[in-house]
Amino acid sequence: MYLTIDGIEKSFLNEKKESIKVLDEINIEVEKGSFVSIVGPSGCGKSTLLYLIAGLDKADKGEIRVAGKKVMKPGPERVVVFQEAGLFPWLTVLENVTYGLKLKKMPKEEAKSKALDILKMVHLSRYVDSYPHQLSGGMKQRVAIARALVMEPDILLMDEPFSALDEQTRMVLHKELLEIWRKTKVTIFFVTHNIREAVQLSEKIIVFATRPGKIKETISVPSMKDGVMPDSVTLNTEQRVLSILQEEIEKVLKEEMGNDYSFKTNHIHRDDSGDMGSHI
Amino acid sequence: MIAGIWEVTSRLSSLPDFMFPSLTQVLETLFNGLVSGQITDAIGKSLGRILIGFTIAIIIGLILGYFIWRFKLVEDTLGFVVTALQSIPSIVWFPLAIIWFGLNDFSILFIVTIGATWTMTVNATSGFRNVPQLYQRVAKTYGSTGFHFLRTVILPASVPQIISGLRIAWAFSWRALMAGELLGGGGGLGQLLEMGRSLGQMDLVISVMIIIAIIGTIVDNVVFSRLERNVQLKWGVNQR
Repeated sequence: MYLTIDGIEKSFLNEKKESIKVLDEINIEVEKGSFVSIVGPSGCGKSTLLYLIAGLDKADKGEIRVAGKKVMKPGPERVVVFQEAGLFPWLTVLENVTYGLKLKKMPKEEAKSKALDILKMVHLSRYVDSYPHQLSGGMKQRVAIARALVMEPDILLMDEPFSALDEQTRMVLHKELLEIWRKTKVTIFFVTHNIREAVQLSEKIIVFATRPGKIKETISVPSMKDGVMPDSVTLNTEQRVLSILQEEIEKVLKEEMGNDYSFKTNHIHRDDSGDMGSHI
Repeated sequence: MIAGIWEVTSRLSSLPDFMFPSLTQVLETLFNGLVSGQITDAIGKSLGRILIGFTIAIIIGLILGYFIWRFKLVEDTLGFVVTALQSIPSIVWFPLAIIWFGLNDFSILFIVTIGATWTMTVNATSGFRNVPQLYQRVAKTYGSTGFHFLRTVILPASVPQIISGLRIAWAFSWRALMAGELLGGGGGLGQLLEMGRSLGQMDLVISVMIIIAIIGTIVDNVVFSRLERNVQLKWGVNQR
């Protein structure tokens, strides 16, 4: 296996200095070149797991291996795209993208031509010399993706990268991400709370339970991926994921709002499976 | 308007000229001083001192700020001391400086430096501390560590706060310089003030005051405001 997550456990201290377990006995195996998503309610530790893979945080127990090598610290072979783009405001778009390359001691000219290629791939050739504040949210996120891809990472770790964007931008970026994934064959580990996003993009979805974060179920997604139109297969998969998650969502809500609250009986979400068969 | 009132009141008032000189008299002294080199020399001397003192203070401030930010132990010990020291007006150090170094240039330099160092330290610390976690994480995932991390992320990300630190540090050291020169002598604008006082030349005193105000305004408006504006433009005004 390419990426192996082996028996990971992680606890944090809360304000009262009590130890709270966020990840419990996590075992995941990811094949090279695959697209894996993790969905789960907020606070289930999915982002924590991603930081562990990135090497930004240390696990209490267990280990993570990439191509047989244990992850000890952050490194450019496992690049993260965060929820907010996190571009350096004091650098231009081009300088932001070449930041990692310069760290790798790549010659200036080579780094520049590489960065320009990648920026072309994310359709930002016109904004090479702009500063981040001149870009829209979607464009910033594109630069962040370009900055990650230019490193030619083994694994692209994405932490809810599109959740701060509006629906249209997100749709376009879904499509572009899938194109990039096919073109570069990069392994993508994608954390999201958006079920539809997970179903439309990934090959495999890992559903997390919460408090402590545990793997509840793993679902493979069989569908043609164009990232735009939901079809009956994806809708069905969405339903499945949602039904698995329902219990977890209820648990979180009960914790937050008290025991008399019930998500299931309130029917906030309409049941799509009962519609008139428009997707036949 | 103010000039007019000044001119009229000084001519009509019963105070003698040496106590309340008229505007024209002051301007004349100012002009003569600039031409003869009396005032220009003093300006040069004062600016030389403050540039040296200020630069040293900035460097020390940044280094101390780094250690306070980086090491918890230093923060708990030195960090507290710095806050305490910051509340001491720098001229209070002067008696000590005279004992240590004698009544000379070095003493003045010492209080100029010490006047700016603590403010700079405090500002640098809080600047470093407020670098968004996101930037640090991003840099780390690209493999940035050690001095590179400091140079490419921590320093540039705290530039806005460092500039405001520079501004306050400048004001502090400028005040310290004037006080030091008034008491310590050794040339400079402060010494010129003291000379004006003992010779009963209020026109000279006021000329020097005008020069001090002009230099202060120029530095604040031209140097620091421009720096600040450049950063704001580059970053996008409300971005942080």
